[in-house]
Amino acid sequence: MSPIKFNERLSKIPEGVLHKYLELATDPSILSLSVGEPDFPTPFHIRQAAIDSIQLGKTFYTPSRGLLSLRKEISSILSRKHHLDYDPVNEIIVTVGASQALEAAFITLLNPGDEVIIITPAYITYVPIIVMCGASIVPIVTRADEGFKLTPEALSAAISDKTKMLVLNYPSNPTGGVMTHEDYEAIAQILRLKDIVVISDEIYSELTYGVTHASIAQCVGMKEKTILINGFSKAYAMTGWRLGYMCSTPEIIKNISVYHSNAILCPQTISQFAGIEALKNGDEDIHHMREEYDMRRRLVIDRLNKMGLPCATPLGAFYAFPDIRSSGLSSMDFCSALLQSKKVAVIPGNAFGAAGEGYIRFSYSYSLQHIQEALDRMEAFMKEIKK
Amino acid sequence: MEKILSLLRNNARLSNRELSVMLGISEEEAAAKIKALEKEGIIKGYLTVCNESKVENAPVHAMIELKVVPMKELGFQDIANRVIALEAVDSVYLMAGDYDLAVFVKGKTMQEVATFVAKRLATLDSVLSTNTHFILNKYKEDGIILEDGSTQDIRSTLKSE
Repeated sequence: MSPIKFNERLSKIPEGVLHKYLELATDPSILSLSVGEPDFPTPFHIRQAAIDSIQLGKTFYTPSRGLLSLRKEISSILSRKHHLDYDPVNEIIVTVGASQALEAAFITLLNPGDEVIIITPAYITYVPIIVMCGASIVPIVTRADEGFKLTPEALSAAISDKTKMLVLNYPSNPTGGVMTHEDYEAIAQILRLKDIVVISDEIYSELTYGVTHASIAQCVGMKEKTILINGFSKAYAMTGWRLGYMCSTPEIIKNISVYHSNAILCPQTISQFAGIEALKNGDEDIHHMREEYDMRRRLVIDRLNKMGLPCATPLGAFYAFPDIRSSGLSSMDFCSALLQSKKVAVIPGNAFGAAGEGYIRFSYSYSLQHIQEALDRMEAFMKEIKK
Repeated sequence: MEKILSLLRNNARLSNRELSVMLGISEEEAAAKIKALEKEGIIKGYLTVCNESKVENAPVHAMIELKVVPMKELGFQDIANRVIALEAVDSVYLMAGDYDLAVFVKGKTMQEVATFVAKRLATLDSVLSTNTHFILNKYKEDGIILEDGSTQDIRSTLKSE
């Protein structure tokens, strides 16, 4: 028997730094700051809505685009919070987490040879799926001193006649950077003239601190070129429910639907009922969690800067992305040494692309006590290596 | 509840510096706010939550349901005053329901608690009856899970389940 031949594109997925690092960090006594999910449990009333749907026997398939009542709530919250109008009937698809929305968008739009611009340091899962589609990656490097924003200059330089797509992710995982409406206007000026589809992954839209979340779809002429992706995981602490959505023009949605309906039939029915409750009555939960993250954020930034790890103030998400170059170590060496000597796990910045080298990602989606203990150990670590 | 108060209720050892950073106020303001809360009698003290099952010679705890006859005009205040004056008593709450006062006491031994109830509590004027429940184990106190290894962070357990 000859060995199984897998899809050749699998081997083209760049080997991730993350799994190498996570192999080191298996000891259960390790104090981890590596998780990218809220530490809060899903609010009880949302869990109750799911329980109700089970008890009432509402456990059948839904339309492949999701329950119309859920799409109506999505449409209404986008209009209420971000002044964006999407028709629940033909401009919204409910997905299995924002991840599946991304996958469906990439598969439906990309052809081999297309170029996709991504903003780095970038969320880890974009590249592998884009590579599986046979498209190639054009990374734009963003900088700490510019708040990790995408600048019009950098965008212009990255665009070629093969550019098919631009992937945005603000508030950003891993940097915590955000884009304001003005920042997007500057980008939109370039994009309006181009045939480039924008994927705007706004999964952290509810987690901004002192600034209002902006979307590129709000810019005149951009909604028609944009696929807005969001989900329930971060805003409502619903990671395990795997519920997200995507919004775009009827034409784009119709085409994505062809793939989506065959790929998954429909998103989880029980999660969808929970999602309706979240959108209807979850504002207070978001407010509470955001306040907690904000207090932790201030504490983390203050102490990282003090211990000699300069850190741009993140205005969104729940990550700090400090510069560790003063240690004289690479990201991977820094993280391994910190793990070994202090049993604290943070993610090496280069796990998010070459642009992240020299940085680490510190997640503050942990209890205050947990964060304080980790910061104490990091401070001791910094003192030791500076000796 | 004021933010500084809810932070301190979760962790009384937060420094003024930490509080000020988290709340976006100056260190002096944080100190002044705490002073004011203490002065107003809102903050009444700072205790340590401890898992007594790991402490040598830890005390025995009991919860006693007290039924009493309220006094004219004074209501329950008079009997409450008498109960809180007793050194073995940790907490006293006025309850709605089948009994009137929930009294939490501690002693060196069960015998000591039993004697305390019989001689000091049951004999108080206006006490109609006592019903003593000894506490066998504490799982959670003031929002903190006491047992080692149990975690409020379920995320890590799911990853190895």
